[in-house]
Amino acid sequence: MPTVKGDGMRGLAVFISDIRNCKSKEAEIKRINKELANIRSKFKGDKTLDGYQKKKYVCKLLFIFLLGHDIDFGHMEAVNLLSSNKYTEKQIGYLFISVLIGANNDLMKLVIQAIRNDLASRNPVHITLALQCVANIGSREMAEGLSVDIPKLLVSGDTIDSVKQSAALTLLRLLRSSPDIIPMGEWTSRIIHLLNDQHMGVVTAAASLIENLVKKNPEEYKGCVSLAVSRLSRIVTSSYTDLQDYTYYFVPAPWLSVKLLRLLQNYPPPEDPAVKTRLTECLETILNKAQEPPKSKKVQHSNAKNAVLFEAINLIIHMDSDPNLLVRACNQLGQFLQHRETNLRYLALESMCLLATSEFSHEAVKKHQETVITALKTERDVSVRQRAVDLLYAMCDRTNAEEIVGEMLEYLESADYSIREEMVLKVAILAEKYAVDYTWYVDVILNLIRIAGDYVSEEVWYRVIQIVINRDDVQGYAAKTVFEALQAPACHENMVKVGGYIMGEFGNLIAGDPRSSPLVQFQLLHSKYHLCSPATRGLLLSTYIKFINLFPEIKHTIQDVLKSDNNMRNSDVELQQRSIEYLQLSSIATADVLATVLEEMPPFPERESSILAKLKKKKPNSVPDGSEQKDQMPKLPTAQMSNSSDSAQPTSINLMSQSKADALVSFEEPPSTITVTTTTTPGVTFAGFPGDTGTSLDDNFGDSLTNLGAGAPESGITLQGFDFGESSTDDFLDQGSPAASGAASASVDLLGLGTPTQTTAPPVGGGDGFLVDMFDTLTTSSPAPATNGMDLGGLTGGAEEAFKKFICKNNGVLFENDLLQIGVKSEYREDLGRVWVFYGNKTSFQLNAFCVDISTPGDLATSLSVQQKPVGGEVEAGAQVKQQFNMACVQEFTDAPILNIQFMYSGAQQKINLKLPVVLSKYITPAEMDSGNFFGRWKALSNPSQESQQIFKASAPIDIETTKSKLLGFNVSVLDNIDPNPENFVSAGVLHTRNQQVGILVRLEPNKQAQMYRLTVRASRDRVAKILCDLLQSQL
Amino acid sequence: MIGGLFIYNHKGEVLISRVYRDDIGRNAVDAFRVNVIHARQQVRSPVTNIARTSFFHIKRSNIWLAAVTKQNVNAAMVFEFLHKMTDVMAAYFGKVTEENIKNNFVLIYEILDEILDFGYPQNTDTGILKTFITQQGVKSQTKEETSQITSQVTGQIGWRREGIKYRRNELFLDVLESVNLLMSPQGQVLSAHVAGRIVMKSYLSGMPECKFGINDKVLMESKGGKSGQDEGRGGASSTKTSIAIDDCQFHQCVKLSKFETEHSISFIPPDGEFELMRYRTTKDISLPFRIIPLVREVGRQKMEVKIVVKSNFKPSLLAQKVEVRIPTPLNTSGVQVICMKGKAKYKASENAIVWKIKRMGGMKECQLSAEIELLNTNDKRKWTRPPISMNFEVPFAPSGFKVRYLKVFEPKLNYSDHDVIKWVRYIGRSGLYETRC
Repeated sequence: MPTVKGDGMRGLAVFISDIRNCKSKEAEIKRINKELANIRSKFKGDKTLDGYQKKKYVCKLLFIFLLGHDIDFGHMEAVNLLSSNKYTEKQIGYLFISVLIGANNDLMKLVIQAIRNDLASRNPVHITLALQCVANIGSREMAEGLSVDIPKLLVSGDTIDSVKQSAALTLLRLLRSSPDIIPMGEWTSRIIHLLNDQHMGVVTAAASLIENLVKKNPEEYKGCVSLAVSRLSRIVTSSYTDLQDYTYYFVPAPWLSVKLLRLLQNYPPPEDPAVKTRLTECLETILNKAQEPPKSKKVQHSNAKNAVLFEAINLIIHMDSDPNLLVRACNQLGQFLQHRETNLRYLALESMCLLATSEFSHEAVKKHQETVITALKTERDVSVRQRAVDLLYAMCDRTNAEEIVGEMLEYLESADYSIREEMVLKVAILAEKYAVDYTWYVDVILNLIRIAGDYVSEEVWYRVIQIVINRDDVQGYAAKTVFEALQAPACHENMVKVGGYIMGEFGNLIAGDPRSSPLVQFQLLHSKYHLCSPATRGLLLSTYIKFINLFPEIKHTIQDVLKSDNNMRNSDVELQQRSIEYLQLSSIATADVLATVLEEMPPFPERESSILAKLKKKKPNSVPDGSEQKDQMPKLPTAQMSNSSDSAQPTSINLMSQSKADALVSFEEPPSTITVTTTTTPGVTFAGFPGDTGTSLDDNFGDSLTNLGAGAPESGITLQGFDFGESSTDDFLDQGSPAASGAASASVDLLGLGTPTQTTAPPVGGGDGFLVDMFDTLTTSSPAPATNGMDLGGLTGGAEEAFKKFICKNNGVLFENDLLQIGVKSEYREDLGRVWVFYGNKTSFQLNAFCVDISTPGDLATSLSVQQKPVGGEVEAGAQVKQQFNMACVQEFTDAPILNIQFMYSGAQQKINLKLPVVLSKYITPAEMDSGNFFGRWKALSNPSQESQQIFKASAPIDIETTKSKLLGFNVSVLDNIDPNPENFVSAGVLHTRNQQVGILVRLEPNKQAQMYRLTVRASRDRVAKILCDLLQSQL
Repeated sequence: MIGGLFIYNHKGEVLISRVYRDDIGRNAVDAFRVNVIHARQQVRSPVTNIARTSFFHIKRSNIWLAAVTKQNVNAAMVFEFLHKMTDVMAAYFGKVTEENIKNNFVLIYEILDEILDFGYPQNTDTGILKTFITQQGVKSQTKEETSQITSQVTGQIGWRREGIKYRRNELFLDVLESVNLLMSPQGQVLSAHVAGRIVMKSYLSGMPECKFGINDKVLMESKGGKSGQDEGRGGASSTKTSIAIDDCQFHQCVKLSKFETEHSISFIPPDGEFELMRYRTTKDISLPFRIIPLVREVGRQKMEVKIVVKSNFKPSLLAQKVEVRIPTPLNTSGVQVICMKGKAKYKASENAIVWKIKRMGGMKECQLSAEIELLNTNDKRKWTRPPISMNFEVPFAPSGFKVRYLKVFEPKLNYSDHDVIKWVRYIGRSGLYETRC
């Protein structure tokens, strides 16, 4: 780069020296402000700037930016500089762009165009500048724009070496930042031949690139193996004088060697014998060279040499095929184990850990056991000690297990806290894996708990219990050992847990000895009781009840303990419950029952050791030989495994408290109500969805049930739930449902019983569909299509159909789509109506900005007075919101109020418009009268405006019961023995409005042959007859 | 309870370091330098807390004065003390500069020993300090002299020694006010207040007792009938005869008991210059100037600014050193200014147009218009339009403060109130005088 002296830019030099001379921050800022204003005026000015000036100002801006000030202009000028032909100007331009223009800048397109031009230029300096800029920014856009040009440069014959080198590295950068964009083309096959290039720089750059490519797609670049091997052998066999510039402290091309060795590690050992021999020769040469005396005392020499050596050893381990090489590598590493350099020792231990897993070198590694153990004890650096632990773990087998475990246990006492937990796991695994004598195993684990109790995870002590339970021969020994261990004045809690569990199971095996008589055992355990956490106390309580079974003679002592306030009134619910239940169990149950309930634990099923799983989870790469261990696992004769946590948990007693609720339910379950038993807490969930019972109009009923549910014990609730099921059925029948007999009645029963089921299910899913279907069959209308589109009336699709369904019923699902389920429940008393609308969120997200508005079209506003209770802004996922409307009928009306629901779902506004099923017929109450009375009134209403008659075709086959049920749903009575023709229906009712009461008389004459109806409605008020007639017609 | 006091130059080198308490370690000196003086972001708060240690600093040109404490001290007291400290130093060796501090560091340590004792501020009155901290080297004083100094410093009137004699009994009274204002572009006053000081220079013989009368509402009303009549009579001619002082504080020589009981300000003044009183008013401020800004953005490349300055006081008076500072956007590439009066210039280093008018009479109007060219930038942020600020000096008190009388009684010597020559001067200066645009 030319210096300022040669190329001027005095202005820049002056500016920089001005800034350096500034005495204070303020002065500096002032100077910079002045300069910025100057540059702005220059850039803005009419005079066009020449390249030199542009370069100078861009340089100043760059300097100001590097001082930590924001630069928000000058980018365009910098881009202009790129098209200059002068090196310095281009260089400054690229510099500014690399530093200041982010990947997302608008100017990027221009920059890429300029880069493309430069890449196509004949001047290698320009190409290199452009490549550098690409490598510095490496944005996605660049990768897209230049993915063709750069590979072309790389494989083209006439690009010079230094450009090739840059191109390879730039391509590597782009591959790393956006690997999916670079197209694989014809160049990919040629790229591996770069390994043969004359120029070592190109080879080094290409090796990195090829390794990256190989990682992605090894098959395509398979050819590189032989090329790499030959290149490697040429380097290895060359003397350090051959490679002039690429020799580093007497080591020929160490970086390239390492890269090639790494590249080869991506492939299995070469199959071609010639290549294989050559590679073996190479590796041997490298190993030989390690034996040679160093050519220099400098640390750089040994570092370079060892780097190649270790990479070679890694390759040997990776190939894992040549025993000779493996053993030689192992011996070489053995030398390093005693090397002065800590780093070397670390690397040697690490590599050896890998070697230990190979069957060829396992024995060779074992020779160094003494050294490794010394390293474990004497190493200063904890990370090296950690490696030593890993290596010991890896080299352990049946022959040396006892020694290694012993050493590790010994070391554990003084081990660093950071590696203790891992060591504990490893000791536990080794002890279990290679145990010949399980008493040894028990000793080891108990020692482990004694030495490093805090680091013994649950898995470890679960495991020892599993093994003790599964193996009869150690049970007595284990009981004796834990008894002795517990006699220590200070015991770790884990020890208490193990002790409690084992003595609870096998305490009887040592009870014969007067020194460990039942009472002594109990007192020993109980002396630890008060120092333990609630979980352990719970376990100990279980042990006590087991003692009651094992040693009936100390039953009273134990019962006293259970009775103590400390347990029976413990603030911990679990402890309280356990002590009360155990007390009851011990006092009520007979010895036989006790013996059955508190039987010895059955053996655990065999499973993979959970400790191993834990170790793997903790250190995914520290268990190198997972496959090998799996191989060895079946060889262990009796190491029955189980996936501890729940099965080995101290919940050993069959009648555990957790399952108590279920048990109670099954005891008290009334035989007929199958559905009820599936409820967990019916009261609570019922309150969440009271709308679809189809019967009980009294909302309070649901509430009271909730209250009961909250206050009553669990068993009570189930019964209550059942009661509800029955009463609702009754209610349904009391309502005068048309489904009084036959199949319909069965379906009503189902409905009644189904209600609690319905309540337990969340307000989504199959249960609802079932319910809708139920209503559909009753009302014989087609199922509502659940589309969200709007139809002509501005209503959401399906709203009209759903609305029609509700003319003859009060409760049910009004609308349902993927997001929302809307249920309606309504209740009418004379001219007052109350409608509850339930909005159930079916999604797993919160619905935001939930707002509901009700509109009364036309003259409805005057005929129906609507009061709306507000509804909250959010509906939680899976939750349900209830809204109440009060609707008072002022006078007769035809239209129904429109419910406008709006909410935000995943950022999109959702709108649902529904017709609220409030129709005139809802305000009718049935009236009973005899024949004379009826006809008297009928005749009185003979005015044409008071009558409305329609003859129409039945929408469904005429069925007496169905029609009757519809009429009853229409809230008019069905009067028998009035019409001379028994086929005809005669009904009467009173319509209540705020202003007056209107008498309604209905006569329905079906004609079964023609499938036609003649419907006549007479009402004491004009219009009413017409409205009701239309309504009823729509239902038939 | 100041723990220590440090003086730094602009580079952060310690010039003076005096530690009064053990809880302040030597590292406190460095902590302040690193965290405040050398901080990359400018530390604007005068109080900085570093590791449970509080640093109170003020800056005089390039010199940093920092007081350090670990306790919860009265911050206002500390700052008052720091300002007094600079006053004392200025009285001894003129301007507080690095050069002067280096030349006088022995003196400064001597002063520091005297005015702070175990961190508690002591007498900071220059007149008295000068009696026993002299720059004439060590001069062994006679026994009488030392006892006189002792009795005076520890006596009831510590601020004045006896036996002062002048041929001409003279006194000067300066009423110095600074007006602070923030105005909306429409001319609505958003906030305004006046901070005033009364500085007195007395050259009086003996132990004179002075009585000072001002037109404070409370004082005048408490005077009862007489002033009430005054107001009744004068109400028609002058718009306001009394002003409402929000709060005030006096020099220690003022007898507060008399102020509280009789509502009169009476005192025995120290010899030489001192600050008699400080006060603050917020009501009925007569704003000397009003700025009417008109800023129009013409497209993204250009901006037009028109500023009118109106003077709003008696035509007979003359304002001086009027300066209007109009901030310009950060991407200004060129400015053309036209003004009828004074000189206006675009100062790129300060990102502002500075318009200077040397003199300006009352009830006048000046206008400036400027065209600002802008450069397109990548930055999409809008310009925040900082307020236009103004500096000036006017020969009256914008709060309406008036000195009604200053009477001098010296019973022991043979001069009376009439023999004393009295001078009163009013100066109103701008504080933060800003108009939004």
